[in-house]
Amino acid sequence: MSWRDTYRRRLMRKRYLIRAFRKRRELSVVADRTSAIKPGDILLFSTQRNEKIRLPYFLKYYRDLGVNHFLMVDNDSSDGSARYLGDQPDVSVWRTGASYKRSRFGVDWLNWLQFKYGHDHWVLVVDPDEFLVYPFCDTRPLRALTDWLDASSIKSFSAMLLDMYPKGRIDAQPYQEGQNPLEIASWFDAGNYTYKKNAFFGNLWIQGGPRTRIFFADTPAKAPALNKIPLVKWDRKYAFISSTHMMLPRGLNQVYDEWGGEKASGALLHTKFLDTFTVKAAEELTRQQHYAASMEYKAYAEQLKDNPDLWCRFSEKYINWRQLEILGLMSKGNWA
Amino acid sequence: MNSVGVIMLVHTALGRAEQVARHWAAGGCPVVIHVDRKVDRRTYNTFVKALSDLPDVRFSHRHACEWGTWGIVAASQAAAETLLGHYPDVRHVYLSSGSCLPLRPVAELKTYLDARPDTDFIESATTADVPWTVGGLDMERFTMRFPFSWKRHRPLFDAYVNLQRKLGFKRRIPNGITPHMGSQWWCLTRRTLTAILMDTDRPEYDEYFQKVWIPDESYFQTLARLHSKRIESRSLTLSKFDFQGKPHIFYDDHLQLLRRSDCFVARKIWPHADRLYEAFLTDADGRGKMAEPQPGKIDRIFAKAVERRTRGRPGLIMQSRKPNEGWENGVTAGRYSVFQGFADLFEDFNDWLVRATDTRVHGHLFAPERAEFADGQTVMSGALSDVASVRDYDPQAFLINLIWNTRGERQCWQFGPADKQPIGWFIAKDPNAQISVISGAWAVPLFRSGKDFAELRKEAAQLQKVEAEFLNSLRSPYTKARIRIWTMAEFIESPMEPLQTIIDEIGSKRITRLTEAPRMTDLKGFGQFLQNLKNQGMHPYLMGDFPIDQDPVPTNTLTRKPYLVR
Repeated sequence: MSWRDTYRRRLMRKRYLIRAFRKRRELSVVADRTSAIKPGDILLFSTQRNEKIRLPYFLKYYRDLGVNHFLMVDNDSSDGSARYLGDQPDVSVWRTGASYKRSRFGVDWLNWLQFKYGHDHWVLVVDPDEFLVYPFCDTRPLRALTDWLDASSIKSFSAMLLDMYPKGRIDAQPYQEGQNPLEIASWFDAGNYTYKKNAFFGNLWIQGGPRTRIFFADTPAKAPALNKIPLVKWDRKYAFISSTHMMLPRGLNQVYDEWGGEKASGALLHTKFLDTFTVKAAEELTRQQHYAASMEYKAYAEQLKDNPDLWCRFSEKYINWRQLEILGLMSKGNWA
Repeated sequence: MNSVGVIMLVHTALGRAEQVARHWAAGGCPVVIHVDRKVDRRTYNTFVKALSDLPDVRFSHRHACEWGTWGIVAASQAAAETLLGHYPDVRHVYLSSGSCLPLRPVAELKTYLDARPDTDFIESATTADVPWTVGGLDMERFTMRFPFSWKRHRPLFDAYVNLQRKLGFKRRIPNGITPHMGSQWWCLTRRTLTAILMDTDRPEYDEYFQKVWIPDESYFQTLARLHSKRIESRSLTLSKFDFQGKPHIFYDDHLQLLRRSDCFVARKIWPHADRLYEAFLTDADGRGKMAEPQPGKIDRIFAKAVERRTRGRPGLIMQSRKPNEGWENGVTAGRYSVFQGFADLFEDFNDWLVRATDTRVHGHLFAPERAEFADGQTVMSGALSDVASVRDYDPQAFLINLIWNTRGERQCWQFGPADKQPIGWFIAKDPNAQISVISGAWAVPLFRSGKDFAELRKEAAQLQKVEAEFLNSLRSPYTKARIRIWTMAEFIESPMEPLQTIIDEIGSKRITRLTEAPRMTDLKGFGQFLQNLKNQGMHPYLMGDFPIDQDPVPTNTLTRKPYLVR
């Protein structure tokens, strides 16, 4: 790796931090309870838009894991979700009407909030439809994991995105507020992923799953990335580059072992494919606020018209993290 | 009687340490606590006050304890002196830490030690015999100086070690003691401990060990060898280390495992493991059980964790395991068989193979149009798609995934020069692949197609070229697959023998001797067909020599081995 690349990455990181600093003006406070944050608290950062229906279960799930404080950006919701969040005792909320796309899909806003509030905390960055599972998550709280990572001098924790879907039409079972979305979207693809190394950022680029199988079968190279590093012991020098897919400094992306061993990793169960999705896909298509000219949503809309069923004979039904570990989708590493 | 005294070295989670100290005291053990000097004054005072209601809990002079340095030994010495001085009837001294948790009633530990009044429990082995040194320093710990902190100034630490290596620097080991190492958690008798502390040479030993690296793993371990009447070289404290040399941590879900281990004390416990603390600190009085500690089961679990972290699961590529080339520890997860030419030569080869073996038999997985999965399926295990563009996006990942997803069931598939070739080199290098080739058999479908001859000639030339390249890679010195190549002429002379060999190697449980042969395609006129190709200026050579006039006679019938007489 040449010094030139090292320098380029350094400039890039600084540029993104400056960008985040500039974008701070786009955020206006709805509820600021950050004074309640204690040293060592685990913080969750998220951006959301019109996800009111998902929020109650989302908050409950992460409270149960042991998240101490939620820092949320509301991107111009019209369903009252900003107010709902503002009423929660452990949530701080900012609102913005600015462009999601021009804040690089929320990354700039969150980089700013992480810069300001995340320093020296374990920081979890997830969307309202993403649910983190990690080794022993049914018996050990998130604090056990972060304590172990601290003791092992590990600063970032990988959790690949696992797309979950229902059996049958995705709009067959309507999602109820407060419900565990995994009750409906309980199936996933167990073994059709590809892993490529990104030489510049040093991260793995993971693709595959039902989105490649169904929406991007003709152009698999364009399928969305599934690699994610959602849990980081934050330092104000850090910056996410593209969603939580990769970050700088580069060493934080090295969440995989290259000498045959397995590092510990988890999974983000992605419950995007519920009945709410068809409406959302149509809306996002007109908003044009998503990655690569919302190409992803175009592909979805096209496919879902004809056959909105992602399930196949070899789909796997989700049971627990141990199942994911046996299937080789995540690993305990040397945590026992 | 206070036969057992406990030393606790404490630096964090003081609340838990208090709980444990109360437990020991309630069991009738005097406790001396050493609190790291790095703990601030106020916290320390609160802690001391919290325990002030217990007369037999004392605090010793505080030293700063940094990992790998002398401070921990100094702390143990100070605490031991306090303990021995104040409690003359203590016979065994148990060294523990603030994150240790007693697993068995105190009375059981006392009974156990009372039965062994002269035994010192201290893990102690010579440097040559221990595999678990971190950083590659074993004997050098005792012959070099380590003025720099390993944790805070690693580059300086390493540089100074290298410098000493280069200069051939060696410290003298005093009085010719033999350095021993072992777990830092021991249980020594008053006799031995006093002898170590009162030794007239102690100033010299102390000065020497102050500059040894990680002296807490060697000071008492070495000196106990000088004074002890009887050493049991094991620790009564269950403490497991991972591949980086840091202790494994116990959580609530280890409860049953810890109970069954019959160990007296475990380390290290996660401070928030409420269930563990509750379960083990509120245990009933001693049941007088005399069971020996059995750490075996826990050993296995942690050994497996280390194995997973260092070697990983063969044939698995995932988000946290992406081995560099050569470090895969098995590129694929299991054995598989690749057949080239067999389906061309035999009409019902796949069906026959299904009957002859208990494997999954696919068609041409790398056919240009789609992956021909078994039974015409469009998806396979793991939701693997048959779409050509998805497969060809990363053909290696496709195959690695297929083999991983079907662990425990052998996969067989057809390959040929008409297929997508990039996977060829990958399977040639894979020791899990069994590749059997009947070279030139691609000519059979051409011969039977009855297509326009000019076109056939072009196609034949192309296929031959591709197959020749594949055969070259199979014959390369880097090839690791099990490879068998026959020319077609060779093969049809006696097809049953090679087939039997291949089936035997697959190791099917179903049958031992083939009773049925696959049906060979009618090859009448094939010799002439080859001659026609030659006449057109093409040179078909991969199939071997076929005489023009004498058509090969398919030996479809089984020749019974003559010596097999029942």
